[in-house]
Amino acid sequence: MKRRIDPRTEQAVVRTVLWTLTALTVLILVYIIVFILRKGIPALSWEFLSKNPVDMGKAGGIFSTVVGTIALTAGAILIATPLGIGTAIYLTEYTWEGPVTRVIRFGAECLAGIPSIIFGLFGFILFVTKLGFGWSILSGSLTLAFMLLPTIIRTSEEAIKSVPPVYRTVSFSLGSTKWQTVTRVVLPSALPGIMTGVVLSVGRSIGETAAVIFTAGSALRLPTSLFSSSRTMSVHFYILAREGISMPNAYGTAAILIIAILGINILTYYLMNRFIRRYS
Amino acid sequence: MGTVGRGARNRLERNDRLVRLALLVVAFSAVSVLLIITVFIIEQGTPIMFKYGLKSFLAGSSWYPSEKVFGLWPMIVGSIYVTLGAMVLGVPFGLACAIVLTEFSSKRVRGVIKPVVELLAGIPSVVYGFMGVVILVPFIRETFGGPGLSVLAASIILGIMILPTIISISVDSLQAIPPSYREGSIALGATKWQTVKMVLLPAARSGIIASVILGMGRAIGETMAVIMIAGNAASVPGSLLAPVRTLTSNIALEMGYAAGEHRQALFATGVILFVIIMVLNTVANVTASRMKGGRRG
Repeated sequence: MKRRIDPRTEQAVVRTVLWTLTALTVLILVYIIVFILRKGIPALSWEFLSKNPVDMGKAGGIFSTVVGTIALTAGAILIATPLGIGTAIYLTEYTWEGPVTRVIRFGAECLAGIPSIIFGLFGFILFVTKLGFGWSILSGSLTLAFMLLPTIIRTSEEAIKSVPPVYRTVSFSLGSTKWQTVTRVVLPSALPGIMTGVVLSVGRSIGETAAVIFTAGSALRLPTSLFSSSRTMSVHFYILAREGISMPNAYGTAAILIIAILGINILTYYLMNRFIRRYS
Repeated sequence: MGTVGRGARNRLERNDRLVRLALLVVAFSAVSVLLIITVFIIEQGTPIMFKYGLKSFLAGSSWYPSEKVFGLWPMIVGSIYVTLGAMVLGVPFGLACAIVLTEFSSKRVRGVIKPVVELLAGIPSVVYGFMGVVILVPFIRETFGGPGLSVLAASIILGIMILPTIISISVDSLQAIPPSYREGSIALGATKWQTVKMVLLPAARSGIIASVILGMGRAIGETMAVIMIAGNAASVPGSLLAPVRTLTSNIALEMGYAAGEHRQALFATGVILFVIIMVLNTVANVTASRMKGGRRG
């Protein structure tokens, strides 16, 4: 007969192991954040944020890359948000579950799994060369928008679904049409939930490198139009670190990235809590 | 508002039909994007594969683009190695976190761990790669020897990067188990761990498998972090400490200057990557939907 271990002893052992692994995971994150901030914050100053890079980034600040990041992100969000929310409205309010919704959901899920380098390749061929936009903010924004689409669809869909059905019933009973109900009742109630997805997408586009470097290029000049090539902070950080141009500036850029991501996560957390509190 | 005239009412309803049509078009945006990407990658990448022969492309062990020798075998093996390495690390850690989060922690602790997992997902991949370069690679070089830029370094960093995927999907599937399963098992006198091991994990099996497959997809697709720490030598690595080049790095490293057939060969690399990812996605999708179907029945 097999010797049996006392289940309570087994539980105690397993519990310790599981907790250790979890604690290690938390520690890894804390370590990364503390490490980057400790090394990076000394490099930060108003000049670092407000001056353009000099000498390939060896000296000067990161102003043009901040502008590039904001332009690219804003463009991507402006394109992806209406498409994503529209899809979510269609899926939740205008149709019933069937082959069509299954195809749409499958498409969105597959898109979510495609690696960013594939988006980069695709954006390079279609926008940069075939459509002749060149390495530009426009090409980069379009490529990023496609990448963000699945996230925005999914979070908007969940937000719209969690609006209580009785809101719609009441609206219909007052004689409103579907579209009136959607725009005046459902969307305003789902807004914080939808915003969570949008803010998460902002975070993703700030951190994205592979898709951006082949579509927006890596010019260090301040972008002047949608057709200017521009370098984002992530790309700048990558080039500084990989080519060993300037470690202090690399740490500084990384610290800005981490601070931005922290801010975005706190914002999503706040939005989500507000949303959950409203409906539970 | 008073009475709405019949004309106004009809107009509103006609508008509603137009809106429905417009939304249907918008709703197909994701599917269309997926189709366009598929068409473009395949159109750009497949001709050269057939020109030089599929076999020499996939199984050829040398990659000398300047001499028009395009063998992707080292990169295919490289991607498989680092992905398996990432699994060895990421799956136990991820599952442990998921189990602790759903079964073994108080609400307060959960309030700490959940944001941590979300933050891990938010950290840009270049930052992970950078941490690899400044901390992990020197550590491996000094402790185990070799160049430090290695299969091991890439596996460890990728293992950390796939944690959020594995944790969040596993947590979802553990939470989707009806409370009666837990209550029944505890009522029979099982300990919490026995309940997890014999009731919850089997019940959440499909979701957990899906999370692992999606984690694999993330590991195979990751580019920037891997480029920075894997060493990128285009040959089959002989050990855990040898440098390695993955399919993704192969594209990103040479895309900047490639032209002509070389560029096409990089797109062919993209085709292979794309096919692997689509297979993984589909498998994960089917497994996950089986979970939902099974629960209902």
